[in-house]
Parts: sequence; structure tokens; C-alpha cells
Amino acid sequence: MKEGNGNHDATTHAGMYYVELLLVGLIWGCTYAMMALGLTLVYGLLRVLHVAQATVFTLGAYIGLLAANHTGSLIAAFVTGALAAGALGPLIYRFVYQPILDRPPFVALVASIGVLVAMEDGFRLLFGPYGLSFEDNVWFTTTYAVAGMTVNLVQIWMVVAAVLLLSAFAVFATRTRAGVAWRATVSDPPMAESFGVSVVGVRYTSFLIASVLAGVAGVLVGLLNNLVEPGMGGVIAYKGLAIIVLGGLGSVPGTLAASLVLGVVESYGTVFLDKLLDRDAIAFLFLIVVLMVRPQGLLGGR
Amino acid sequence: MSEGNRWTTTLSVATFAALNVILAIGLNLISGFCGQVSLGHAAFYGLGAYAAALASVAGVPFPLAILGGVLVAGAFGIVVGFAALRVREDFLAIVTMGVGFLFLGVVRKQPWLGAEMGIAKIPSPLDKWGYAALAIGAAAALVLLSLHVRRSWMGRAFGAVAQDEDAARAIGIDVAGYKIAAFFIGTAAAGLAGGIYAHMTQLIIPDTFNFIQSITILAMVVIGGIGSTYGVVVGAILLTLMPELFRFINDYKLLVYGALLLAVMRFSPGGLAGLVQRAFGVRLA
Repeated sequence: MKEGNGNHDATTHAGMYYVELLLVGLIWGCTYAMMALGLTLVYGLLRVLHVAQATVFTLGAYIGLLAANHTGSLIAAFVTGALAAGALGPLIYRFVYQPILDRPPFVALVASIGVLVAMEDGFRLLFGPYGLSFEDNVWFTTTYAVAGMTVNLVQIWMVVAAVLLLSAFAVFATRTRAGVAWRATVSDPPMAESFGVSVVGVRYTSFLIASVLAGVAGVLVGLLNNLVEPGMGGVIAYKGLAIIVLGGLGSVPGTLAASLVLGVVESYGTVFLDKLLDRDAIAFLFLIVVLMVRPQGLLGGR
Repeated sequence: MSEGNRWTTTLSVATFAALNVILAIGLNLISGFCGQVSLGHAAFYGLGAYAAALASVAGVPFPLAILGGVLVAGAFGIVVGFAALRVREDFLAIVTMGVGFLFLGVVRKQPWLGAEMGIAKIPSPLDKWGYAALAIGAAAALVLLSLHVRRSWMGRAFGAVAQDEDAARAIGIDVAGYKIAAFFIGTAAAGLAGGIYAHMTQLIIPDTFNFIQSITILAMVVIGGIGSTYGVVVGAILLTLMPELFRFINDYKLLVYGALLLAVMRFSPGGLAGLVQRAFGVRLA
């Protein structure tokens, strides 16, 4: 805040409000990043818009919630949520995408939408249409005062988890043999294969990473809303697709930047555009405006 | 169920089947013939419904209100057609999905569009038979148009754009013009279905035109066989009848739609038309 100097209470207050919106936007941006990174990995490798990632996200949230309510431990929620999600993602690759990879791109996209629509209904039948809540959501009720704002522990963990997991991914991609093999496969699959890299192994690894990230994000969003419901994955996965398109499809730095930018745009948008359109539409308005100006995305090449 | 009641149900199912045929034929023109994947077709259905409903409520005569719906949907379709000149394939799929969310997001917040409550008490000038006749007549006309377009110069140009845009441009096809034309015809058709729907039900709410509706229309096209007019007609009618014929499916409708989409993509990406072609060696128009 530049102009606030204590004498102008109203200005200071308004200034704080904008800072708070920025913070809330960045917190959501971190969660979007965890979702969108996986979508970018899959797109970079297979040219598939992995809409069914929403299913992985929602499954992580449900399993996490059941574990938390059963054991009373949120750590158990994250471990089981990540494990369940991590199992589902590679299965989707094996049984949905792998048999149809040589077909035109819309085939995999439609199949993916099919998985999403069917599983959303499946969650509704299994767990009921109104959603479930955590019995003892300690993180939600534990709040801290950060620079004059109230932040709960879930929000703090959203940032910490995103920073930790994305840093771990960066170390994996740049510092390990598996990471180098992975990057080689993304840029040139036949060449990587001729150097002895298992392309199929790399694909499974990507789906595993993408799914674990989505599962953890699912548990976090479930905790933040204190609600896990069948449709929770859909909206965030659609936004995730908007983000990876914004970031330039397949570009990891572009995706991370676009996640944070979208979180902030949404945060301000819900305040300034409230009369015009609802929160979920802001992401797409922003996407369409950006693409009309820069069809290759924010950081996309070409 | 009394005899009269059964007739009424049959009639309304037939009308809905016809509306779905109109929607699916329109989307097939855009995605099947011209190769531009659209995940937001329900938005144009909604635009037609809202425009026609507002006009009718304001006292505009029925035929003009319907025409208004067609033109408004078509006009927005042209705008999206222009967007399709900037972005391609996967980018376009996400943009059209975004158009759907944008339409809903705006309608939900506007008091003059009824916000979440929608528009009620839309005047209804026809009886059930009238709407059935109108919808089936319009669907038949669109099927003929679709068959004609496929055989015409325009249809061949659409095919060229779908196959390889750059090659089409290189041989002098006006790619931009044909893309916009495909979007205009397809979305105007959706607007027509919307106008009929609004007057028939006399009540429209935003959720009728959501992403799931877009996917349902896409499911009709894909399951019938993308690019094949006859296949798409069969797909639309089948998916409309399915929940009616098998009552137990109604509770699991989306589960079945989703599983069907997946199964068709996995085993027969050409849909039912593709199956017919494989079994009998006949290529359906």
C-alpha cells in the first residue's frame, strides 16, 4: 500500500481490502496450479485434454474425507486421498487413453468427458447428491491473524503444499535421471526411446504425478469448503483446462503463472464484476479475452 | 395411465426428440462437417430460448419471436466463428466450453433475464399437436438441408477445412468464410430449437442450458456417428427415447451417457454410422 499513512482510515481500510483480495486470489492460484500442472504434463506428453482429472480430484477428496472421519487424522486423509488418486490416474491412462491414442484428438477428449460425466454420477449414487462434511475439521477452525487478516490453517496448507509439491516436481524434472528421461520424452518421444527411455514408463509416471497432485488438491478444497460433493471436480478441472490454454498448452512455467494470475483475476472479478457474471464465468471471460489478443496463450511460443 | 395421457406423453417425447435432432444436426454441421469441435452448443440453444421468450413476453408475434431467437443465436454463432479463426482444435474446444460457462454466468446474474429464476409465463400460442408438428417439420427441413449441404460445394469445402485447414487455404478455399458459415447455420438451428422449447414449456431456467446439456448434444452426435446426418438423427432419437423406454435408466442417465461416450470412442469412433459401414460396407450420408 503506497498512499495509506494512518491518517486516512478509509483509504487504509480500502487498501487492506485489496491486499486481502490479492492474498485470497494467490491462495486459490496455488490450488489451481496443483490441478493445472498435471493437466499440462498429460497434454505435453499425449496431446490429450485430460478432463477426467476432475474425477481423480473428487475421488481424492472423498477417500480423504472418509479416512479423516474414520480415523480422526487429517494426515491419514492426505495419505489415503493421494494414494487413491494416484491409483486412479494411471488406470485412466491404461484403460481409456492408451487404446485410442492414434485416433484424432477429439476422440480422447470425448472419451475423457465420458469418464467425467459417468463418474460424477457414480459419486452421486455412491455417496449421495448433497455431499459430505468433515466431522472434525481442525484446520478449518484454526485461524491466524496474518498482517491484519484472518487466514485459516487450510489456506496456509494450500500454499505450503503447492510450494512443496511443485518444488519437489522441479527437483525431479531437473536433477534426477528419471526427470531428464521424462523431459526428453516430452520433447522427442522416438529419440528418447532410441536412447533406452521407456516411453510407457514415463507416461505412467506423468499420470501418477498429475493424479497425486490432484488428489492432494481435492482433499484441500474439501477441507476449505468443509464439503465434498460429486460435482466439485468438474468446475475446477474446467478452470484447469482454461489455465493450461492460457499458459500456452504444454508450457509448465506458463501454466504456473496462469494459475496465479487467474486466482487473482477471479478474486478481484468476484468483487468488481459481481453484477455482470458469476465467479465461474470470470475465468472463461478472462481466457477468451486473452486468447483473442494472444492466440498462443500468455507464455506460449510460436 | 389413461389413453389420453399416454398420447400426451408420446407427443411430448416426439417433440423433444425432434428438438434434439435439430440441436444435434446443427452441432454436426459445425463439428462433423466443418471439423470445429464445440463444447458449448447448449449456450446457443439458450440464447434462442431467451431471445424468443423475451420477445414473446414483450408482445412480439410468435413467428417473429422465433425468428428473433434464430437470429440472436446465429449472430453470437458468427462471433464464435470469428474466435475459431484465431484459435484452433484444442484451444477452440476450451474456448467454446468457456462460451457456455460465460452464457450461464451472465444469465444467472441479470435481473432482466430472470437471474436464477429464469423467465416464466411465456405466451404459448400453439397446442401440443402444434408444437409437435412445428418441431418435427423443422427437424425434417434441417435434415434435408444437412443432406443437401453435404452434397453441395459448401459441404465439400467444409470437408476440406475439417481435413486440413492449411491445404484447403492453399487451394484457394475461403477457410474463414466457411468456418463462419458453419457456425452461423449450426447455432441458428440451435436458436430455432430454443425458441420452440421456450414457448412449449412456457418456463425457462439457466440450468437447462448448462455444460451437461452441451455434452448431451455432443453425445447424440458422437454416438450416432460424427459427420453422418442419418447417424446423428438416429443418435438424437435414441438418446431421447432411452430414458423413456427404460425407466430405470432415468436415475442413472448421466452414468449411461458417460459410459456410452467412452464405449463408442473406444470401440467405434465412427459411432452407429461407423458400425453400419463396417458391417454392411455402406457409407451413410
